[in-house]
Amino acid sequence: MKFSIYRYNPEKDEKPYMKDYDVELQHTDRMLLDAILRIRSMDDSLGLRKSCREGVCGSDGMNINGRNGLACITPLKDLKEPVVLRPLPGLPVIRDLIVDMSQFFRQYHSVKPYLINDSPPPQKERLQSPEDREELNGLYECVLCACCSTSCPSFWWNPDKFLGPAALLQAYRFIADTRDEATSERLDNLDDPYRLFRCHTIMNCVDVCPKGLNPTNAIGKIKEQMVKRMV
Amino acid sequence: MGLSRQKYDVVIVGGGGSGLRAALQLSEAGHHVAVFSKVFPTRSHTVAAQGGISASLGNMQEDHWLWHMYDTIKGSDYLGDQDAIEFMCRKASEVVYELEHYGMPFDRNADGTIYQRPFGGHSQNFGERPVQRACAAADRTGHAMLHTLYQRNVSAHCHFFVEWMVLDLIRDYEGVVVGVVALEMETGDTVVFQAKATVLATGGAGRIFQSSTNAFINTGDGLGMAARAGIPLEDMEFWQFHPTGVAGAGILITEGVRGEGGILLNANGERFMERYAPHMKDLASRDVVSRAMDQEIKEGRGVGPEKDHVLLKLDHLGVEVIQKRLPGIREIAIKFAHVDPVREPIPVVPTCHYQMGGIPTNYYGQVVAPKGDNPAEVVPGLYAIGECACVSVHGANRLGTNSLLDLLVFGKSAGDHVAGWLATNPQHRDLPGDAADQSVARLSRIDKAQSGESVAAVSASMRKVVQHHAGVFRTGPLLEEGVVKISEVVDRVHCTAIQDKSRVFNTARIEALELENMAIVAQATLVSALARQESRGAHARDDFRERDDKNWLKHSLWYLEENRLEYKPVNLQPLTVESFEPKVRVY
Repeated sequence: MKFSIYRYNPEKDEKPYMKDYDVELQHTDRMLLDAILRIRSMDDSLGLRKSCREGVCGSDGMNINGRNGLACITPLKDLKEPVVLRPLPGLPVIRDLIVDMSQFFRQYHSVKPYLINDSPPPQKERLQSPEDREELNGLYECVLCACCSTSCPSFWWNPDKFLGPAALLQAYRFIADTRDEATSERLDNLDDPYRLFRCHTIMNCVDVCPKGLNPTNAIGKIKEQMVKRMV
Repeated sequence: MGLSRQKYDVVIVGGGGSGLRAALQLSEAGHHVAVFSKVFPTRSHTVAAQGGISASLGNMQEDHWLWHMYDTIKGSDYLGDQDAIEFMCRKASEVVYELEHYGMPFDRNADGTIYQRPFGGHSQNFGERPVQRACAAADRTGHAMLHTLYQRNVSAHCHFFVEWMVLDLIRDYEGVVVGVVALEMETGDTVVFQAKATVLATGGAGRIFQSSTNAFINTGDGLGMAARAGIPLEDMEFWQFHPTGVAGAGILITEGVRGEGGILLNANGERFMERYAPHMKDLASRDVVSRAMDQEIKEGRGVGPEKDHVLLKLDHLGVEVIQKRLPGIREIAIKFAHVDPVREPIPVVPTCHYQMGGIPTNYYGQVVAPKGDNPAEVVPGLYAIGECACVSVHGANRLGTNSLLDLLVFGKSAGDHVAGWLATNPQHRDLPGDAADQSVARLSRIDKAQSGESVAAVSASMRKVVQHHAGVFRTGPLLEEGVVKISEVVDRVHCTAIQDKSRVFNTARIEALELENMAIVAQATLVSALARQESRGAHARDDFRERDDKNWLKHSLWYLEENRLEYKPVNLQPLTVESFEPKVRVY
């Protein structure tokens, strides 16, 4: 199978280049990550992140034939050759397919991604109805792979000011949690021309999310809450 | 020694469930904590746990920590230490409620309490009938828990060193652990970290097997570090084979599927577990179910063209239950087994999943090793928690959902104990002159080697040997041959060469370092397994089919130096209740 892979080692290369590989696959190689590991067994200098190899850890996000996705859950049979692999767009490249995710995590941290509830906790669990708990479905499953934010043109233009779909999805995850007491503070934190409102519902995030989540929907719900508290 | 130095009160090696729980305990108490992780913390392998975390909350029907304790001891095939098991089961409700207060999105019952599902080996009233004890967030409990713990640590301003690999422990001349040497992947820099206490939370080493549910990062780094520092590894012959890994792919399918009512079928469509475990059936403990599956396959009742797997049927649960309680499983089955479980069964096979053994500790998380007459003398300044540790609460076989519980209980317990240690040891001890020598020598060998075998080739040989010689069923001759072969692999590990010599994010170098750790674990596994002439829990010998309490009710301790074994007694004395005497184990 033929691949064309973005290569850049800051110690050696003046600028990035695309390197071609032709690799013989085994019948057990089903996912893109399997093929990349075959390539690595011939060329150990190819850098990428990887861990769970089942789509739950979010390590191996990359741009695959022009579309962001996780290599470990992208079936090889669906890919057109040569398979073109690039790092996630819009973030600084450290090396090869490894990007610097500091900006992405800074935005995530800035939404206070933790439950805020200053009431003394009960002896047992805080109660929550199954219906209220269901509000968290489609939000808590995010694996922080950055496929969505790095496919978002608004994030490319303003990665320091616009939070991006992943962080906003997590912002809403806590707004939607009936156990959280900081909704008003959270909305204040988002009420800014850039942080939230740079989302122009282009919906690339929804299109690429490897977990099938819908950040645009969550962003819409945050906007609804903002409107609601104004009236 | 030329390397830069930094000082922290506490260094925690590993950012999975146990490391994050310990970090939280210490950060919230105001200590200066550094957590090192090879990956961004939410990518740690805790994220892959699916089914649940056990606690006798009694939300579904009557439950009691003493029943949980009994189940855990029986599940351990009586090799678990009963003081630690009592400690864990009594603390379970407290740590689960805390996790809920941190924001864990548990599933809920109609009355708003945490939803609990049945799980293998968990019973009411000392084995009478299955009980719903596993607190669940759909089939993503580990993911939800790891993210919740990370999030709470963000609010506690814990200091993370992300994408750093810790290479070695630093012990001074009195044997006190005074810090670590660590490598920053992005820059290739090596730095000495001085600490008053060091906590190993590096997870398991399931990647030593060819067929494994484990992530690539599970390479036993903490075990390698401990062994190189002269600390023995305990009970390394005991590896759990999870009954339901996706055949061919090795991806985990939670036992929660059977908890929700899924059943295993052989080629004849027979629910064979009824023959092996008449009471608990498909919910017998994992070692029992895995052996039964292997037996069915061996006797020709396997499924598929090679008759090499069995089927996990769950379509009868209905699409609603599957979508609500097991959505992740459906996703995995479609992606990795090409079947939609709402219609078709999933092909499954026993797959290496969990390391029961590890670095010996007490229930405060302090690392202990024999010294003189004391089989459990504390190694000052060093703690180990989670899968890399052997407390031992899992003994010869872990019950499902007890691993997540282990992370929380002993993460917290170690955090508390470290805080006490810091109060009585407020000063950093001096670093020995040779603090970084071992790490520097390891790196230098890898950087200088011009020719040699590839790391990928030697890793593949190691996995093949372990898989073939230390699998579900073992025999003396097979193990003897395995011990010889793994020694050859160990020799080859020290003669590998990498092509990539650059500093910036050199993943080839990281993999070479990981292989050194894995080879230590693999050797400990085979040597310990050959010596243990009995069948107990996950260690099943065809040539010694019975459990032998007279000779083998004891923990193995393997030392890297001289590749030798010692033994120490099992603690059969709980903290407050009567001892559970070893009995014949039937489900």
